[in-house]
Amino acid sequence: MLQQAAITESKAKAKMVTGADLLLEALEKEKVEVIFGYPGGAVLPIYDKLYDSKILHVLPRHEQGGIHAAEGYARISGKPGVVIATSGPGATNIVTGLTDAMMDSLPLIVFTGQVPTNVIGSDAFQEADVLGITTPITKYNYQVRNIEDIPRIVKEAFYIASSGRPGPVLIDIPKDIAASVSKPPEEQEIKLPGYQPTVQPNYLQIKKLSEAVSRANKPVILAGAGVLLSKASNELKEYAEQQQLPVIHTLLGLGGFPADHKLFVGMAGMHGCYASNMGLSECDLLINIGARFDDRLTGNLQFFAPHATVAHIDIDPAEIGKNVQTAIPVVADAKEALKQLVKQNGKPPVHGEWLEQIHKWQEEYPYYYGESAALKPQKVMEMLYEKTTGDAIVVTDVGQHQMWAAQYYQFNQANRWVTSGGLGTMGFGLPASIGAQLADPDRCVVAVLGDGGFQMSTQELTVIKELNLPVKIAIFNNLSLGMVRQWQEIFYDKRYSHSKIPIQPSFVKLAEAYGIKGYEINTAEEAEVILEEVLSNREPVLLDIRIDPHENVYPMIAPGKGLHEMVGVKP
Amino acid sequence: MKKIISMTVMNRPGVLNRITNLFSKRNYNIESISVGLTEQEGVSRITCVIHVESDREAEQITKQLNKQIDILKVTDISDQAIVARELALIKVLSTPQTRNELYALIEPFRAAVIDISKDSLVIQITGESEKIEAFIELIKPYGIKELARTGTTAFPRGTQKPVNTQKTYSIV
Ligand SMILES: Cc1ncc(C[n+]2csc(CCOP(=O)(O)OP(=O)(O)O)c2C)c(N)n1
Ligand SMILES: [Mg+2]
Repeated sequence: MLQQAAITESKAKAKMVTGADLLLEALEKEKVEVIFGYPGGAVLPIYDKLYDSKILHVLPRHEQGGIHAAEGYARISGKPGVVIATSGPGATNIVTGLTDAMMDSLPLIVFTGQVPTNVIGSDAFQEADVLGITTPITKYNYQVRNIEDIPRIVKEAFYIASSGRPGPVLIDIPKDIAASVSKPPEEQEIKLPGYQPTVQPNYLQIKKLSEAVSRANKPVILAGAGVLLSKASNELKEYAEQQQLPVIHTLLGLGGFPADHKLFVGMAGMHGCYASNMGLSECDLLINIGARFDDRLTGNLQFFAPHATVAHIDIDPAEIGKNVQTAIPVVADAKEALKQLVKQNGKPPVHGEWLEQIHKWQEEYPYYYGESAALKPQKVMEMLYEKTTGDAIVVTDVGQHQMWAAQYYQFNQANRWVTSGGLGTMGFGLPASIGAQLADPDRCVVAVLGDGGFQMSTQELTVIKELNLPVKIAIFNNLSLGMVRQWQEIFYDKRYSHSKIPIQPSFVKLAEAYGIKGYEINTAEEAEVILEEVLSNREPVLLDIRIDPHENVYPMIAPGKGLHEMVGVKP
Repeated sequence: MKKIISMTVMNRPGVLNRITNLFSKRNYNIESISVGLTEQEGVSRITCVIHVESDREAEQITKQLNKQIDILKVTDISDQAIVARELALIKVLSTPQTRNELYALIEPFRAAVIDISKDSLVIQITGESEKIEAFIELIKPYGIKELARTGTTAFPRGTQKPVNTQKTYSIV
């Protein structure tokens, strides 16, 4: 008897685990491949366990870079990106990334270290109220209070982050809990009685929508990132083809429907194409699938889709009716709703004239740009598209270059487009390209950056070198914060207040300092030769592309104007 | 217009913060918020009185609240038959000359005097907010020294009238 007891006791002892063990075990269970993390005092117990872990750990050179990389990873892989940051400054450095992911519905699991439980609330060294700070910018957040809860909390976090409308979930772990020791806890069930996303559409609403489509004369689909998040591209194509519905994209939705399809109209919104914006202005039935009617898409709501019956398919009921009154609400996962719509096999609308009208708009008013001695960014973007056969992953920063990429790179497949839409975060592009490349290692990744935004994340060049990621960094250098300069030119009487940045380091030499090859490109001929060369190898490269600094993004809808009030439609 | 939102929530740390955060983030106006335990362990009831411009705004608020993971159920009970009560404590100046007058006001409102001192009374009153407001107006001329209101707490009545009937008001 005694001997027996001694054996079980020693067995139990041998199996004692720490909070950090439980954490890593839980991550392995979720099949996490990569962690973007940065160590510090409060996460040392976790980092000690990471030393022996098989999971790839990527060390960004700034926590903000880490979380943007995780966003790029999540966008391309469809799986939650995992981030670790230490307490205090580590945690506050990820605030922008959390907000960005929240706005663009990207699944993230973010661990922050916290000061030990017994000093929480005492303004201890590197203490910050992380739960308080991140409550409005996360889908949910936790602070671990008991070591036994770790496996359940991690499981719940992955479930919350990746189901329903995806978003970031933060788990704050006090240092003592990560270090404390316990018997392996009993398995706990997920306990989320207040969280039950509606995935299946209501049959009657589907029927109503299907009938509205049959009756419509000027129907359009507006497809947002919800289509990509629910992996519904095939279903969208099938439905659009079945009913012959023209498809308009939001900025974030690009790639959800093939740009080379004859039913594809283009991107809508502030810098969208004429046909899309007119399509929205004149349609009589607007079927929004997974877009949230952002103000940069709708323009002045007073003039938005004035003749349309609005149907809206969204997994987040709060998005339906938030900005635009909706006659046919469908709360559902986009994929499920589209499957049901296809199954209805409704009578296609009679709308030949409408399709013709849209094609006419497309032909008469395509995106255009003028010729000049200086290199035109749009031209370079077209070359990038051709030379990557449209199959690259394009990651952008925020500004004019982002809009040119959206306009001139044709996205014919899903998961080729990574951009910061809702928050418009400068500094996003370079780190996000790291995550995108890790998510799809064999594909060509082009990071399209501005000279301003690049300088907000330059430090991440090290990571590209360290992991030898073949990212093609294309800086569209206009020696200015171009988008700000454009607004000052148009709305502020050309008073270029702090938007010109002619004093720059040599980006080529900078790249070389990081051990990355760099080229300066000044003409279309140089672009031709250099792009050809660098896109055909598997090496990282930085291109300092000197574009026309006076170039603006057109067409454009001024703030407060309606979609039909585009300027710069024709030369 | 005024709306009463009733919700049951998981009694977890930070849940109230999540709700008030949401109100300020979305720029909604709260008039009052009251929180307390319910018959179910681990579940609290929160009653909010809010001001909105339109029914659509009220619907938005309800949906945003519903999205919160710790919130189990949200109902806009403004248009239902409900019992809604608030409690107020009012410290009012009183002199021997005014005391009788005050008692005469207290009586029809079924309020109660719960503390008396040389120069003041503390009155406790419960009822719907409108009733409390009416009472405060009457008491004001005597000089209110301190006032504490709990905010409304409410839930639907056991029996609901058919939909298109008038909203019921209870007298007490
Ligand atoms: C973090 C952050 N700060 C400021 C802005 C405002 N902003 C939007 S675009 C832009 C200019 C970006 O310049 P650059 O990166 O060179 O791109 P360009 O517009 O010239 O292509 C600025 C400052 C922003 N979006 N994000
Ligand atoms: Mg620039």
